[in-house]
Amino acid sequence: MRHPFSRVNPVAKLGAALLLAACLVLTIDWVSAGTALLLELAAFAFLGVPARQFWLRTLPVWVAAPLTGITILLYGRPSGTVYWEFLAAHVSDGSINLAIATALRVLAIGLPAVVLFMTVDATDLADGLAQVWRLPSRFVLGALAAFRLVGLFLEDWRFLELARRARGVGDTGRFRRIPGQVFALLVLAIRRGSKLAIAMEARGFGGSVPRTWARESRFGPGEWLTVIAGLMVGMTAIIVAVTTGQWNFIVG
Amino acid sequence: MPLHPVGIRATEWGWRHASRSRWALHGLDFVIEPGERVLLLGASGSGKSTLLQAMAGVLGGSEEGEAAGELLVNGLPATQSRGHSGLLLQDPDSQVILARVGDDVAFGCENLGVPREQIWPRVQSALDAVGLRVPLDRSTSELSGGQKQRLALAGILAMQPGALLLDEPTANLDPTGVTEVREAVGCVLERTGATFVVVEHRVEVWLPLVNRVIVLSAEGSVIADGRPDDVLRTRGAELAASGVWVPGFPPAVPSRSAAAGATLLTTSELTVGRGLSRRQPPTFARAFPDVGIREGTTTALTGANGSGKTTIGLTLAGLLPPIAGEVLAREELRGHAGKHPIGWKSRELLTRIGTVFQEPEHQFLRATVRDELAVGPRALKLTNLEVAARVDELLERLRLSALAQANPFTLSGGEKRRLSVATVLASRPRILVLDEPTFGQDSRTWEELVALLSEYTRDQNAIIAMTHDQLFVDALADEVVRL
Repeated sequence: MRHPFSRVNPVAKLGAALLLAACLVLTIDWVSAGTALLLELAAFAFLGVPARQFWLRTLPVWVAAPLTGITILLYGRPSGTVYWEFLAAHVSDGSINLAIATALRVLAIGLPAVVLFMTVDATDLADGLAQVWRLPSRFVLGALAAFRLVGLFLEDWRFLELARRARGVGDTGRFRRIPGQVFALLVLAIRRGSKLAIAMEARGFGGSVPRTWARESRFGPGEWLTVIAGLMVGMTAIIVAVTTGQWNFIVG
Repeated sequence: MPLHPVGIRATEWGWRHASRSRWALHGLDFVIEPGERVLLLGASGSGKSTLLQAMAGVLGGSEEGEAAGELLVNGLPATQSRGHSGLLLQDPDSQVILARVGDDVAFGCENLGVPREQIWPRVQSALDAVGLRVPLDRSTSELSGGQKQRLALAGILAMQPGALLLDEPTANLDPTGVTEVREAVGCVLERTGATFVVVEHRVEVWLPLVNRVIVLSAEGSVIADGRPDDVLRTRGAELAASGVWVPGFPPAVPSRSAAAGATLLTTSELTVGRGLSRRQPPTFARAFPDVGIREGTTTALTGANGSGKTTIGLTLAGLLPPIAGEVLAREELRGHAGKHPIGWKSRELLTRIGTVFQEPEHQFLRATVRDELAVGPRALKLTNLEVAARVDELLERLRLSALAQANPFTLSGGEKRRLSVATVLASRPRILVLDEPTFGQDSRTWEELVALLSEYTRDQNAIIAMTHDQLFVDALADEVVRL
């Protein structure tokens, strides 16, 4: 099944996720987070985000949310009736409230971020950052090209480990060897990086001519809609929280 | 393809790398006419690659070094003529810039400010010219080495440079890849008539395409310049002695000894493969025929790049666990240790199976060549006297004595290869596993390696080599396993 956001410009998705998060971090209460979460789930269902992909990719968020909640439940600032105490851990009215609010918030910020970025391609993101957001192309393309080397570094690291076993020094001091291995990886990384830099320069990168773009990064109605939707969800959550009197501004 | 071949002119040109007192190149005088096809030869360290980078205009400013004299490309100083020439480098992996084939080819055009509507036709015609018929959105990481080099060539071609500059573009490729790239280059030169300069120590690869040879001396000046036949006739022996592979001057090969002894290692119904980590399923799996490795023999595992040679070698070497089946060490090899090499301790492996990795830098551990050689003997808890004796002998044998205090990472390609073999020989394993030992080596290093390995098997040891170097197989292999 096609993902409904796959054709939206990545910078619009990034913008929507950032705006939504910005609204939700202003307050800690369960109403705003709950409202946002309900709206988001309704939107995902309406747009037809593939279910299997959704659960698979968002699993870490579903795990992280209750864990954060439990931590706050035990160690959050106690207030009201205290139900249970052990060393530094207290479970109280206040910490229960805070725990629910925090767990919901992790879901409300995490789920849309994951769903929006399920289909982001690094190249498209770079195109958008440089053309739509006008970030310096030298920086964006340099980072994009370097990003491609990460796979090679993983491979290097594996070989470095195998080589230690082959050289007879692999039996002990696994952790003690790490700095040396990191250093070797760094040397290899610098070497690969400078080769890549020569290859890029040889293709005219970093010259004085203004650069053109083979593919236009569009920011059309679909993109605006995505950004506005993100903002709307955030604003609705705030309005509901304020009208129900649950608004709990984070500063003060 | 509209493109104007450019001329290259050097007048008393020289280059000194920052932090070096010696000039890498000096007093160069030559004129390369538009459309000429030049093979640039010289011993390693003669500054061939530096000269090529200078012509491409990527030899940096004052922070990288100092230039003397004049180097003109198309009548302009080379540093200002980027885009008039296109440079293709040796390592296929370091030249892929973007994730998709089409974007990668378009990259150079974008940098030159070519209008969008002209870019895609250029991309398509460049891909056609190098014969790379894959979709534009194909992932560049899925290409073979030869395809990656052709992709890089297409990227250069799309910029429509007047000169193609190639720096050992086939050194890292298997024989199929070498042919692929040579044919693509030939086709491009036919179509464009571009000026062509190639640096390569395997002369025969490019001989059919060039009409002029320039030879640089070890001191970085021109010592011969002329028609290929003439230069090779008068300078062939001298070039061969300095490590260049010249047709008609093959390196010396030791006489063979045919005294196979007891079996050291066998495999049974082996399947090898590897994933990114132990927890993940393997990225590929490959069945391997049952073999027996015997004392005094060399077994060559051959096959194209990507056929899984490295994985098989590392599994036989006790470094990767088999996916199915067994690698069994016989009594003769294992002594007190267990049956399966993968179960051995790192120290038990040392005297039994040694591995020379394809990339020497993966296996270097110490800050000096001397300490590097001592790693194995020290892990075996030999006395200081014994360690020193072994290290000194190897330094001498492999012409590394003068470099004893140098950092292994700073050595040249040939020196690194010799050192990586020496570090493994220092702990005297019964089986030596080598991954592409002759990859990209000059003929002199090749000759030394082959002599050393031949001597090593004569002492009733065994060699397993993953290689696609046919000359190496002919010289040493007793058994050949094709994958």
